[in-house]
Amino acid sequence: MLPMVELTIFALGILLIDLMIPAGWKWINAVGAFVGVAFSALCVWEIQRALPRGAIGFYNSLLVDRFAIYFWYLFLAGAAISILMSVHYLDLEDENHGEYYSLLLMAVVGMMCMAAGIDIVLLFIGLELMAISTYVLVGFLRRDRRSNEAALKYLLLGAFSSGIFAYGLSLFYGISGSTNLAIIQRAVAAQSAHNPVVIIALLTTMVGLLFKIAAVPFHQWAPDAYEGAPTSITGFMSVAVKAAAWALLLRILVFGLYPLRSIYIPVIVFVSVATMTGGNFAALTQTNTKRLLAYSSIAHVGYMLLALVALGTSPIGSPGFNDGFKGILIYLLVYTFMNLGAFAVIASLRQRNVIGDEIDDMAGLYQRAPVEAVLMLLFLLSLAGIPPAAGFLGKYYIFLSLIESKHYALASLGVVYSLFGLYYYLKMANSMLMSAPMEEGRMPVSFGMRCAVGVAALATIVIGVFPEPFIRGVNWSLNIAQSPHVAAMVK
Amino acid sequence: MQNHILSVILFTPLVGAFILLFVPKENKDAIRWMANIFALVGFLISLPLVPMFWAQRFEVTPSHFKFLEGTANNWIPSIGAGYNLGIDGISFLLIMLTTLLGWISILCSWTAIENRVKEYYVWFLVLQTGMLGVFMALDFFLFFVFWEAMLVPMYLLIGIWGGPRKLYAAIKFFLYTLLGSVLMLLGILYLYFHHHAVTGVFTFSIPELYKTAPLIPFNIAIWLFVAFFIGFAIKVPMFPFHTWLPDAHVEAPTAGSVILAGVLLKMGTYGFVRFSLPFFPGVVSHPKVQGWVIGLSLVGIVYGALVSLMQKDMKKLVAYSSVSHLGFCTLGIFALNSAGLTGSVLQQINHGISTGALFLIVGILYERRHTREIAEYGGISNVMPIYATITMIMFLSSMGLPLLNGFVGEFTILQGAFVANWRWAAWAAPGVVLAAAYLLWLYQRVFFGTVTNPKNEKLHDLTPREILTFAPLIIMALWIGLYPKPFFQILEQPVNQLVQTIHDGSNLNAPANAQIAPAPAVVVTNVVTKASN
Repeated sequence: MLPMVELTIFALGILLIDLMIPAGWKWINAVGAFVGVAFSALCVWEIQRALPRGAIGFYNSLLVDRFAIYFWYLFLAGAAISILMSVHYLDLEDENHGEYYSLLLMAVVGMMCMAAGIDIVLLFIGLELMAISTYVLVGFLRRDRRSNEAALKYLLLGAFSSGIFAYGLSLFYGISGSTNLAIIQRAVAAQSAHNPVVIIALLTTMVGLLFKIAAVPFHQWAPDAYEGAPTSITGFMSVAVKAAAWALLLRILVFGLYPLRSIYIPVIVFVSVATMTGGNFAALTQTNTKRLLAYSSIAHVGYMLLALVALGTSPIGSPGFNDGFKGILIYLLVYTFMNLGAFAVIASLRQRNVIGDEIDDMAGLYQRAPVEAVLMLLFLLSLAGIPPAAGFLGKYYIFLSLIESKHYALASLGVVYSLFGLYYYLKMANSMLMSAPMEEGRMPVSFGMRCAVGVAALATIVIGVFPEPFIRGVNWSLNIAQSPHVAAMVK
Repeated sequence: MQNHILSVILFTPLVGAFILLFVPKENKDAIRWMANIFALVGFLISLPLVPMFWAQRFEVTPSHFKFLEGTANNWIPSIGAGYNLGIDGISFLLIMLTTLLGWISILCSWTAIENRVKEYYVWFLVLQTGMLGVFMALDFFLFFVFWEAMLVPMYLLIGIWGGPRKLYAAIKFFLYTLLGSVLMLLGILYLYFHHHAVTGVFTFSIPELYKTAPLIPFNIAIWLFVAFFIGFAIKVPMFPFHTWLPDAHVEAPTAGSVILAGVLLKMGTYGFVRFSLPFFPGVVSHPKVQGWVIGLSLVGIVYGALVSLMQKDMKKLVAYSSVSHLGFCTLGIFALNSAGLTGSVLQQINHGISTGALFLIVGILYERRHTREIAEYGGISNVMPIYATITMIMFLSSMGLPLLNGFVGEFTILQGAFVANWRWAAWAAPGVVLAAAYLLWLYQRVFFGTVTNPKNEKLHDLTPREILTFAPLIIMALWIGLYPKPFFQILEQPVNQLVQTIHDGSNLNAPANAQIAPAPAVVVTNVVTKASN
């Protein structure tokens, strides 16, 4: 609990301090939030050392296993980079308020509950805490119409999907008589697979989950929300919020509802193909960078769902299962850095009088900010999965698990779609490196933004060239996620 | 004893690129000097490899590779990838070609590149490392990283410093080659799992995979062969996968074209020799598969030559002639005998020298007149006599005149093809004739006669720097043409090894009632047989 409590304290503290600091000193809020994240990370590290085998607590609803710890680090890293991106950006938007950082930290608390919860009530509370904080953050630019529109759309659709999700969970409660995932797992396993209640419960739960990860056909909210939100929040949503949704999905589908995999895997196959198709085709024609990256992130969800297929069709603990699991975890790790990096560069295009989110705004970026342009190229190539950038490692594991579980057709489809990806990423690269700039002069980039881009680039390169420690880290978090030890603890 | 010469050769250009990053970009001449020095050092540093390799050219090592570096799985132990380097006679020659052409193309860019000079040289040096890595890697993961990473600098060279349609050409180049390589990646992963299934070890080590890959049953191996084949055939490029080549060549800057034709295309043929043949000996020696590939090669030879004949743009002409010449290379490879393979590798080197020089020649006229239309020229030999002489030598070398390098390569390939099936040689021979036709006709239109276009009257002849770029190429062309014996000796051991592998392995993944459509070469052969009856 401690990392979450700490973040909550900092979140509330920032609200108080914000009242006291004058207008020009709002960066203190950012520092406060950053320190909060750092303390929280330190705390996670202490937990990791003190409880090497994990622990369960809070009336059997919170399971701090390595899976949870892995995701906690991921959320904290995403939040830290987003905070770095935000400082100067919010000044430019004239919306530098303490609530922003406070909400950001609260969202992280919600995510942590989603990654560690094994009780559906806690999971749902975590989900809503995260979602409500993000609704507000998306609409944070209250004088900007697009931001308001995005927030409203996101709120309506999000609330709707949460309702469906809650409905599914309530049916599972009805089936098992418990809110604990482990007990649900046993109850579901005892049920006949053709029990209509089970199927309805499964499908409604899945709709909620697929909505949260923005899989086709539940993706319509994503492009609008991504486009309208402040760019720093778009970056945060596309990595941390998405990773949290994935953690929730894995907890529920792979842990709680694992006995039902023969029912949900065909659905996942369909959804993953639809997601890759929809995301990639829609991204081809975009002219707005934020929308383009929104659709591309939908496509990336499709690839990750492929790994879920490989995982679900292999026996538990087999190499196919492990590699599929690793594929998703590594993909989320590299995606955090490369996508945040890309959004950080886009955010730095926001200047006093330029909104900067059209592809044409990137034209000639190389002449105006060479370092950012070259690093953006790195992020784009990484997103396209070109080695030695880190993105290749994620794709590698996904295709590895597919070949391993003998899904040759899906693997071929996946690699062909990755060519689409390359095309639209190169469209941005072309504009950036090969067109003449619209205006002369160097583009000023703030220090915080430089740090954000630099950290993301460093991580992208290091994970790509020296992946060994990171793969070990993922293996480590995998070990316990499915071990009998955890099963024993849950009882 | 570990010998690190390969790593030194591999990373010298990259270190150069890194140092170059710290030179202020306003200082263009300093950047040019430094880039040229790095490129020259990159070439000179590879020269000690020649006597070292020569001394052990006939030695047979257990893995068939020499100058081994790194141990298995030392890079990413969790997935079994290692930083392993090693060469044999085939990759040795290609490495020397790469370092030589890398230096020449950087030298020839001195005046051609005027804007964004620093970036240009940085990317060029990075490209150099990527290409060398492809030829040295003995680990499939490492190989794939170099194979794909090298696309990025080439894409930028075409896209930033290219001609009017550069964006289109750059994206087309990147997408096309990536399509091939991702399919190859799936093939690699299958081999990786197959190796694990047989031995219980996960490894990407190529010498290890050599032992297990031929055991894959034919009906699966054929699909793997296709996955690899598309990847390499796009790179070569073989007909009908060649359409990216003219675009990329026409739009690329001169030095980019030299490297593209001289080295990048060889990666495809290298892939066939290094992977397709020893991994799938049963598939490649299956008559129908062999017939299909040879058929495509023959079509490529004739088609490329015919299209060259019709070109109005000099660079496009040279680009299509590459399709024709590379058709000879694949013909030699899939003749599957030692003469064909030796000739093919030698012809790859020759093509790098001759076609590299042809692109330089076109580039020199383009730099002076900014047009490549053949109709714009005429009577150039009157104003640029040295240039005309050098051009003649290189044209003759490219069309395969005896005493020059092209002849040796093409003759050996045709010899190999003849041994395998005389009709293949008969169908390939018109390619040689057509090559003479399009090159001599081009020469006649550009160089002979009086100067018809007044703009051409004031052209100045080659500068000493430009002569220097041609000198090594002419020397190599004469050397291979007059005394090719050392090259044959270098290739003898790896080629014999390869032929032996194919011979031994042809029954391993032997066809089990495989149904494949009749191959065009077989059809052609049947038609010919009927006609002669």
